[in-house]
Amino acid sequence: MVLRDKAQIMDADDIARALKRIAHEILEKNRGARDVILVGIRTRGAPLAKRVADLVKSIEGTQVPVGILDITLYRDDLQLVAKQPVVGKTELAADVEEKVVVLVDDVLFTGRTIRAAMDEIVDFGRPKSIQLAVLIDRGHRELPIRADYVGKNVPTSARETITVKLVETDGEDAVSVQEMADEI
Amino acid sequence: MKILIKGGRVIDPSQDLDGAADLLLDGGAIAALGPDAAAAGTADTVIEARGLVVAPGLIDMHVHLREPGREDEETIASGTRAAVAGGFTAVASMPNTEPVTEGEEGVKFVVAKACDAALARVHPIAAVTAGLRGEMLAEIGAAAAAGAVGLSDDGSPIANSGLARRALEYARMLDRPVISHSEDPGLVGRGVMNEGRVSTRLGLRGIPNESEDVAVARDIALARLARARLHVAHISTARSLELVAEAKRLGAAVTCEATPHHFALTDEAVASYGTNTKMKPPLRAEPDVAALRHALRTGQVDAIASDHAPHSQEEKDQEFDVAPFGIIGLETSLGLALTELYHKQVITLVDLVRLMSTNPALILGLRSGTLRPGAPADVTIFDPGRDWTVDPAAFLSISRNTPFSGWQLKGKAVTVIVDGRILLRDGEITV
Amino acid sequence: MKFERSDLLGIEDLTRDEIGAILEATDSFAEISERPIKKVPVLRGLTVVNLFFEPSTRTRTSFELAEKRLSADMVNIAASTSATVKGETLKDTARNIEAMSIDMLVVRHSASGAPRFLAEVLACPVVNAGDGAHEHPTQALLDMYTVRKKVGKLDGLHVGIVGDILHSRVARSNIWGFTKMGARVTVCGPATLIPPGIETLGAAVTTDLDGLIPELDILMLLRIQTERLSQCFFPSLREYAEIFGVDSARMARARKDVIVMHPGPLNRGVEITPDVADGPNSVILEQVKYGVAVRMAVLYLLSGGERTSEDTH
Repeated sequence: MVLRDKAQIMDADDIARALKRIAHEILEKNRGARDVILVGIRTRGAPLAKRVADLVKSIEGTQVPVGILDITLYRDDLQLVAKQPVVGKTELAADVEEKVVVLVDDVLFTGRTIRAAMDEIVDFGRPKSIQLAVLIDRGHRELPIRADYVGKNVPTSARETITVKLVETDGEDAVSVQEMADEI
Repeated sequence: MKILIKGGRVIDPSQDLDGAADLLLDGGAIAALGPDAAAAGTADTVIEARGLVVAPGLIDMHVHLREPGREDEETIASGTRAAVAGGFTAVASMPNTEPVTEGEEGVKFVVAKACDAALARVHPIAAVTAGLRGEMLAEIGAAAAAGAVGLSDDGSPIANSGLARRALEYARMLDRPVISHSEDPGLVGRGVMNEGRVSTRLGLRGIPNESEDVAVARDIALARLARARLHVAHISTARSLELVAEAKRLGAAVTCEATPHHFALTDEAVASYGTNTKMKPPLRAEPDVAALRHALRTGQVDAIASDHAPHSQEEKDQEFDVAPFGIIGLETSLGLALTELYHKQVITLVDLVRLMSTNPALILGLRSGTLRPGAPADVTIFDPGRDWTVDPAAFLSISRNTPFSGWQLKGKAVTVIVDGRILLRDGEITV
Repeated sequence: MKFERSDLLGIEDLTRDEIGAILEATDSFAEISERPIKKVPVLRGLTVVNLFFEPSTRTRTSFELAEKRLSADMVNIAASTSATVKGETLKDTARNIEAMSIDMLVVRHSASGAPRFLAEVLACPVVNAGDGAHEHPTQALLDMYTVRKKVGKLDGLHVGIVGDILHSRVARSNIWGFTKMGARVTVCGPATLIPPGIETLGAAVTTDLDGLIPELDILMLLRIQTERLSQCFFPSLREYAEIFGVDSARMARARKDVIVMHPGPLNRGVEITPDVADGPNSVILEQVKYGVAVRMAVLYLLSGGERTSEDTH
């Protein structure tokens, strides 16, 4: 399968503005940062969660706990995948009991990742509520899942894929759309 | 019926013969040998032997035929068919049957069955101790009178040295060789393969060389004391070979035999836990295999014998610890001797015939093993250059437990004549 | 750094990278045992059979917990290998179990090579939980994981394995594992219990425990079985303890931060005294803790699906 670049839809500044808006929206919806925990979903959700936490701190002055969630063991498609994917560590940083857990991920697509993340979170305890913040929502949900906070809505076709690059993981900040091209 | 074998290379160590010659058989006896053989009378059948070796019938002096008792593994009929396919005109059958082949009754059973159903000749070896239990002597006098050519408790040693001495003395009186399965049970313990680097790596209990060395030393000492004839079965260690050589130098009547698997494989072959590499004595380490090949080259080994030990598939298809010891060998013995020894310049063809015919006959006191006129018409014609691949599915033996499946061998029996009857022709059994 | 085998039969065949992959995976699984809900659904609906031909509480329980924490369905079968019990052959037992659509087999057997024999007969993955005197791979993996956790590395450490090396599958697996990961191994025990050619596995050999102890970073003790007495490998347990047992006097000769390990169960007062077993250098209980995590990692890594599609996450 060959991917052909189609368009860059966000640059570093766009990403920064989106995250700033998301941080404001989280504070607005939850009327502050009390009892809020941010949990980034590996891999790229983790640095995004950290950035949002830093933004919240600069706006409200409060340091919100930031955790990392690895959902590999809760996936519903392990039997279909080649040799087992590498499992990363889950480190929640704080108790979830009666807290508002805001899951953070880079791209929301079928919704299965979020389903797995929710199953894993409730195995740790009983949050007051779970909310979802994503940088990109590209549609094509296969489960009844929706995001509370969205950086950018990008309608896509099935042949397209969204690629998110972050400085922390890839050396640059950029979001682009690619299309599956036929082999030449 | 007269059979003329023409144009072959006749090798008969008993007459110091090695050269082109014709051979005439008349009924069950050798009639004439040499350039004038063709003139000695018109033949009914002519066998063209150009490019082939014509030898006195090969004799496998260590074979387990499993009848009576384990006819599911082999019978006298199937085992002798396999023997003929392998190029043998005669086999010596070991007594660890069920019931044990001992005394007059046991030996007569084998003789009668062989008369009835066997293709190759069967020379019974009778048990030394009653029931092979190593406690008391069996009726070896009666056994000898009934036709036993040798005595053995093969499968087990005679652990009690006092009893072993008595057995050798008594056997001397009967002028029969005692064929010893020389091992010290205490040192063997519950071992399942050679003790060494490989057994350590595989975590399998080991059987040290010394379990054989110690027993061979004892058996030789007792044979000298009893002034009896001792034949050491399936010799496998360098030290045992030295002991036998030394005994000969001292004038003792000691001989020994080696199996093809002991000169073709080392204990490395066990690495995959395949139970067709499990036998006693076990496959040894490289230095012992090298010593054995050297001993074969220098004439210190008297005979090659297969120790053909059939086992059912179910019994061999188990964990290594539990599977029975033993592998078959009648149908690969000659091929391995030619491939591993002759073609690798370890021995000559004359040596090979001596190891597989002349000497076994001498040791067991048989009239065959020679092409002297008047001797039995047992002849093996083989092609030392024939390429073939070992395919157990094609074996005539009932059992399939061989480690040589797929081996490319060079050398095979082409024609086998027993008592003047052609039983194998162009590699196919004719009866 | 991936682990792509379909069975775990021993350490001898593994590469350094494969061992590393298993140890890496273990980190994530260790965390699960610290959660309030010690369960993840990853092996949900898969059936794992623990087929133990030798009695074992410790190892079997460890595997059981690992399987349950991964949400697998598990069945324990305690079979018999008594030669007097003319039962089913090993092959038939395994085939019958497989016919019940199991997804993985964990087997312990007194015959070296038995798990390999089964892996050749069965389609499902086979995990060797100990075969004869041959290998006990999950024990060696948990031993290596424990050391790495305590010391931070495996490279360059000097490991001493003391006891009945001849009959020990734990010793063999650990020799393979630690040497592959860059450590140095010396085995020590009565001369009657040192197998011939053990050096070819990469271990040094000595019968002088007192001379060895000061040189060690890791002191691993093996259980001495009382049946070795009746087989005349040494005269008495008392003499064994005298020459090869580790007590506080011997510990005084060891390095301050030496780590004391034992696969269990302990013969208190024979190979190890209670004060050493319960002392500050002992990591025996941690070995047990990490044992569950290591086994979870192994079961996870062997339970992979089709070997075609790439990871499309």
